[in-house]
Amino acid sequence: MRHLAAAIIGLWSALAGLTGPGTAPAFEIESLTRFPAPGGRPAHSLRVISNADTALFSPIVLAFQERHPSVEVIYTTASSTQLMQALAEEGAEFDVAISSAMDLQIKLANDGFTRPHRSALTARLPSWARWRDHVFAFTQEPATVVISRAAFAGLEVPRNREDIITLLRAHPERFRGRLGTYDVRTSGLGYLFATQDSRQSETFWRLIEVMGGLGARLYCCSSDMIEDVAAGQLALAYNVLGSYAAARSDLADRIIVIEPEDFTTVMLRSALIPARARNPELAGKFIDHLIRLSWERADPQSYPFPPIGDGDRQAGSGNPALRPIRLGPGMLVYLDRLKRRRFLRAWEAAMLRE
Amino acid sequence: MSEQGEPSLVVSGSIRRRLALLLVGSASVLTAVLFALVHGFARQLAQESQDSILTASATSILDSAAVENGEITVDIPYAALSMLGNVSDDRVFYRVAAGGSFLTGYADLPAPPPQGRPIGFATAPYKGEPVRMATARRSLTLAGRPVEIVVSVAQTLTGRARTLARISRVTLGLGVGFFLASAALALLAARASVRPLDRLAGAVSRRGPKDLRPVSAPVPSEMVPLVRALNRFIERLRISLTRSEELIAEAAHRVRTPLAAVRSQAELVLRRVERPENRRALREMIRALDESSRAAGQLLDHAMVSFRTDHLERSRIDLAALLGETVARLRPLADLKDITLELELRDRPQLSGDSILLQSALHNLLDNAIKYSPPESTIRIALEQAGAQTRIILRDEGPGFPARNAERLTRRFARGENAADTVGSGLGLTIAREVVQAHGGRLLLANRRERSGACVTLLLPS
Amino acid sequence: MRFLLIEDNARLAGAVSDGLRLDGHVVDVAPDLSTADEFMKTGDYDLILLDIMLPDGDGRSFLKAHRERQDDTPVIVLTARSEVSDRVGMLDLGADDYLMKPFDFSELEARCRAVLRRRAGAADNRRRFGNLSFDPLAGTLQVADRRIRLRNRELRLLEVLLAAPGRIHSKARLADRLFAYDEDVSENAIEVYVARLRKHLAGADVTIETVRGLGYRLVGP
Repeated sequence: MRHLAAAIIGLWSALAGLTGPGTAPAFEIESLTRFPAPGGRPAHSLRVISNADTALFSPIVLAFQERHPSVEVIYTTASSTQLMQALAEEGAEFDVAISSAMDLQIKLANDGFTRPHRSALTARLPSWARWRDHVFAFTQEPATVVISRAAFAGLEVPRNREDIITLLRAHPERFRGRLGTYDVRTSGLGYLFATQDSRQSETFWRLIEVMGGLGARLYCCSSDMIEDVAAGQLALAYNVLGSYAAARSDLADRIIVIEPEDFTTVMLRSALIPARARNPELAGKFIDHLIRLSWERADPQSYPFPPIGDGDRQAGSGNPALRPIRLGPGMLVYLDRLKRRRFLRAWEAAMLRE
Repeated sequence: MSEQGEPSLVVSGSIRRRLALLLVGSASVLTAVLFALVHGFARQLAQESQDSILTASATSILDSAAVENGEITVDIPYAALSMLGNVSDDRVFYRVAAGGSFLTGYADLPAPPPQGRPIGFATAPYKGEPVRMATARRSLTLAGRPVEIVVSVAQTLTGRARTLARISRVTLGLGVGFFLASAALALLAARASVRPLDRLAGAVSRRGPKDLRPVSAPVPSEMVPLVRALNRFIERLRISLTRSEELIAEAAHRVRTPLAAVRSQAELVLRRVERPENRRALREMIRALDESSRAAGQLLDHAMVSFRTDHLERSRIDLAALLGETVARLRPLADLKDITLELELRDRPQLSGDSILLQSALHNLLDNAIKYSPPESTIRIALEQAGAQTRIILRDEGPGFPARNAERLTRRFARGENAADTVGSGLGLTIAREVVQAHGGRLLLANRRERSGACVTLLLPS
Repeated sequence: MRFLLIEDNARLAGAVSDGLRLDGHVVDVAPDLSTADEFMKTGDYDLILLDIMLPDGDGRSFLKAHRERQDDTPVIVLTARSEVSDRVGMLDLGADDYLMKPFDFSELEARCRAVLRRRAGAADNRRRFGNLSFDPLAGTLQVADRRIRLRNRELRLLEVLLAAPGRIHSKARLADRLFAYDEDVSENAIEVYVARLRKHLAGADVTIETVRGLGYRLVGP
């Protein structure tokens, strides 16, 4: 991924057009990819800002362009916090914003930075999969624990957080420095997973304390953690997006993806149309496209995410350990300045003990 | 029988329609009032429920306020905001201030209502939408001094509006249902209220021409004045009819009795008088008396016939018996001229009709035939059934009808070249024709082909 | 025959009773119902002529009471009313017949004869003159053992002649009795009926004699 981002960094100047007039873009992007219109001269251009990796998302974009050949898609990736900043503070002009940080998506919609979208497809969405005709979920992605087969050789594969805590306490030297998780101070998704975990159980705090005691390494992104686990640098990574891990089938013989049985937080990746969208109609079509793919169990080649309609993961059914995060104003709580400060203090106290 | 003769009535409105309109009108007013009341109540309920959840939210945030490390902080419970999401998809805003300075949340949220009650509510626009805001207050002690914590939680009104719209729809549906039901009931009620009127009208219009009894069927009290007036009117009509009948009878008696006296005296005198010129004068006198009394009789008959043909008093009639009676009645008159009346009853048809009128018609026709027949001639009367028709044929051996004039004779008061005869026979024929036509039949006048004589045919539908 | 005439109009009553008497009948005249009741108690009548409108009541009530007494004396009602409308009432109340005013004597006679004929039954109404036997009700004449059925006008002519045998009846007077007033017949038309009657009387000891220039008369044995 890094090489792709590097290759595209040259297009930085093009981003001037994506930001509000007269303001210099202050948010950091990771990559910018132009999907030229397959039908030749683009009649429209759809600007997407997303925190999902381009490689993961490009089949979806290409499938969209099959339906709309005259549309050029400019796909920008940025971290969820940068995405928030771009839309809420800098007035960047994107047509669609896609993020796994549900709380930030909700805040954008709550604070009026989005515009509504209604269509036959959105009407079919269950109420838990959308909020106010503004935020539309199109995946259900569990937060998983990824372990290295090699590092766990001879050990029982843990099934839940208690197992992990017990294992870590039993074999501190084996795991010291070889644990990874999100740096919740910088990663929006990491913060979301951590706060939701903390709501579920006190075990979370004990696990963080144990991990902190063993010198856990902090990451920005799931993909990096997966690669490090696969590479053997990490024995265990906590709160890794299961979808990313599943997508790396090439690593299947080196890693094990665990959905903790005590509870598995499930994130809903969502899309919204920013208020400043230049092409809201087209953006609506793109969102409909996402919904269609996610509900129609499309070919995994064109839709790399776990479909939202997957019976096992559907909210309120199947696996009782699954805890889908509810879209709603409750998500605003951990974004509260004081609440966040308090949470981060506690997290830092547990994680950064040295 | 015909409607044409009826004077056109000026119709001014309809009681049923007026009643229905009145009832429907009051139903719609009631519906509107009901709708307004329910709607207002629902609005209040929706507001109250939103207020109470906002209050719960604000209070739970307020409860989390505490002094930590020498500063005031709040630890907003997750439920404080998520509970708002349980009810609706509304946007949620909040602000926490301590001692007048902003602590966290949305700094630009509209100012809370001035201090007063522990919980205050306000509706104000925010971020382009109206929001409902609940504000809770509480004091904490910081460094020995009281600091007031003010927590405001606001929510947009979409959910409330949606709830309200749903209630309105349901209420509207109920209202429309209520309205339709009451309108239907109103129509039924209106119809039921006018039914006694319809019944009365039906009872009165079904009556026969002679039925002048007062209306005695029970009627609702509101109709009593009308029925009383109607009965008074019927009574006046009855008295007046009785009086005029008596008057006619009296007049006829007063006129005809002296005429009869004069005629009888003239006849007596004629028996004694010898001189031909005196005798001629007396005969002329008797003849004139006869003609005028006959004309008067036919005029009376005709008036009666005209009256009765408007309202036939139908009954089953044995036409053969009727014809027999008429012939028997006239036989003495025929005998005087040695005229034979031959009654030939080929069938015994039954007929629905007015026997008095039919007898009058037959009497007049037969009387005419006797009058115009020569002595010692024969009048043949035949009754037969021909398909759906009953035929009565009278054939005499008199001079027959004047050529080309036969049809005219039956026209009322037709005055042809023989005006004198018109009174004698024309009116009789007119009476017969009117009676037959009132029974849906036809009167045919012709002269006999094989010999001289008139042939009169009554065609009556069975 | 004995008639009871109940009629309040004195002129009409006078004329009718005179006419009847001229024909040899006995007539009592009652000007009102109470007088009529008196007459009914004492006399026995062959026929009652009843006017409908009387000063002390309606003729119909008399008729009703009369029938309720089971008195079968025939009643002919004299009415001034319409021919048709009164008919039902009269006949229903038990009148045998009715006459419209004004009427002529011949019709009155005819109706009386018809009523009496219906009521006569087995009663002997024959009148004899010489070897003649004449039943005016049946309209039959017997000369010796020959029975002759008379036509109406022949019968009336014979009746007139028999009423006053030997009296000379002028042609005009006889015509008056035989023909209606609206019939335009000459007096000589009477000769036809006289001739017919004479033929019927052949073999009888009664003849109709022509009195030249004056008329006819019945001459008996």
